[in-house]
Amino acid sequence: MQFINDFLSGQWNWIVGMLPEAAKPYAMPGLVIFIVLNVTLGACSYLILLERKLSAWMQDRLGPNRVGPMGLLQPVADMLKLLLKEDVIPGHVNKFLFVLAPGISVFTTFLAFAVVPFGPVPKGLTAGDGQFPFIIAPGIDLGVVFIFAIGSLAVYGIILGGWASNNKYSALGCLRASAQVVSYEIPLGMSVVGLALLCGTMSIEKILLFQAERGIYGWNIWYQPLACVIFFIAAMAEAQRLPFDLAECEQELIGGWHTEYSAMKWGLFFLAEYTHVITISFLTSILFFGGWHLPFIAETTSNYSGVWMVKVGVLLAKVSVFIVVIQMLRWTIPRFRFDQLMSLAWLCLIPLAMVNIVMVMVVKQFELNEWWLLPGSAAIFLAAGLMGTQSTKPFARRVAAPIETPGHGGHGHAHAH
Amino acid sequence: MAINAKDVEWVEETPMNFWEATYLPAVFDGLLTTGAHVANNRTVTEQYPEQQPKLPTHYRGVHRLNRDDKGRVKCVACMMCATACPAHCIEIVAQDAPKDDPHWADRDKFPKSFVIDELKCIYCGMCEEACPVDSIELTHIYDLVGLTRQEMMFDKEKLLSVFDQTKDSGIDPIRTHKGKLGHASDFTDLHTLGPATTVRADDRSAKAVSSGVISN
Repeated sequence: MQFINDFLSGQWNWIVGMLPEAAKPYAMPGLVIFIVLNVTLGACSYLILLERKLSAWMQDRLGPNRVGPMGLLQPVADMLKLLLKEDVIPGHVNKFLFVLAPGISVFTTFLAFAVVPFGPVPKGLTAGDGQFPFIIAPGIDLGVVFIFAIGSLAVYGIILGGWASNNKYSALGCLRASAQVVSYEIPLGMSVVGLALLCGTMSIEKILLFQAERGIYGWNIWYQPLACVIFFIAAMAEAQRLPFDLAECEQELIGGWHTEYSAMKWGLFFLAEYTHVITISFLTSILFFGGWHLPFIAETTSNYSGVWMVKVGVLLAKVSVFIVVIQMLRWTIPRFRFDQLMSLAWLCLIPLAMVNIVMVMVVKQFELNEWWLLPGSAAIFLAAGLMGTQSTKPFARRVAAPIETPGHGGHGHAHAH
Repeated sequence: MAINAKDVEWVEETPMNFWEATYLPAVFDGLLTTGAHVANNRTVTEQYPEQQPKLPTHYRGVHRLNRDDKGRVKCVACMMCATACPAHCIEIVAQDAPKDDPHWADRDKFPKSFVIDELKCIYCGMCEEACPVDSIELTHIYDLVGLTRQEMMFDKEKLLSVFDQTKDSGIDPIRTHKGKLGHASDFTDLHTLGPATTVRADDRSAKAVSSGVISN
């Protein structure tokens, strides 16, 4: 392990030494951005293959298996197809916004990745001290807020694309997307407020370190399981993944906002969606499941050579678990109806997230044992379930037969059922 | 017109029990089902070009024109298939059988040209049912391709070659009575109101007991 470390740093010092003095501070961020961009793009294309394979296995099919051994070169073929296809810009669209929209989608989702640590971020890191930072923008104290701010900008790509397409289905799709993102921003943000209170920081690296220093029982999942569920659901809705993909909705909206898009512009939208999936998987595993921390193997105190590789591996393993879960959910749960989507956000997730914050506040204020949060979360969850069983007002969500009023004949039959 | 309130039947959703109302058990249940398929997947996919499908015996594919025992086209150019065809994809030009040729001695008419537009055809099999002499039949050939529309207009020669190609394949045997025109010609006591089409005076069917029906 040590020789790999030495070899890599030796090579890097040689490369940096060749650069002019003015370029040296930008060398390390440039390297990180280069690695993140390329790994993410490659991962996206193979995630599409994985998704196609998973869906095939779930439906007792084979999936793509013609290009390369076991279809492993399928992403290459897909990418070639997307690049070489005719890029149609219909005559009735607003050309400027139409071309701009996919760019905004990709740009914002990649921008959100800037504050996500993908390995053990060294403590007290400053720009230009030559250590590999494992994060594009180290030391941002508002990391969580930054991600949510940028993540909600991604919907601009969808709205612009749908609007510029000048097409009924696209317009419906982008209207749905905007309503959906506005609704799910709130539970997404509120579910993380509890974490910020608990860890005393909004920086994603510090939240990770906070958990890692306390060991496996310091993982936030023990104290905020409800927030984890809310965060995961809301993040999936934010990323427009099934069962929340009402904005594309092939069956009713023929693809929704990207109906008019073809070739690589369409591909960019999908690139953005998959990058979003990667980002929310990273966030879930960092915020709630201890990031790169794993007992005995990757602790804060473990300092055998090459530990960074193990830590990166642990984090990536956790992330891939969540990616697979998200992909499996896509092929398991049918799509929500739009009113169900809205009532889930406003009547279920937002109140739950609010009660969860209050619970964390109470525990912090009265300095109770933090372990009370675990049964507390379970109690809130079960209470919400109990309320769901009540069909009486104010929890009734289903439409009932009109109540017969005297002097309003003809409704008697309807009431008999 | 608005729906009468009397006709509206209100169906109440069944109330959810406790675990259903929490939703998560149902999600895990679904994940178990799909996960079980991933872990233990029994593929039902047919690897098509390498693995040919086993078609049912009643499969309706490309048409063929059958030959009789003398190798002539069995079709008598009666136009029944063209009339029955809902897609109007059959074009037949009839010709009188040469009287002095011993090869055609027992025949009155045969198709001079017989063209089926395979692109228009909906493969319903009505022509097969309409044919009184079991001449036109649908085979099991399903992988029909062509580079031009003209290529997909199957003429008499091509349809006869489809017969030559499929008659020994096993799945498309010659189903009709050998040496006869078919059971349709066996009817001698079929009384019709009159000939469906104008019958030429020297046609055998004109001299038959019941007009329009051939008796040997």
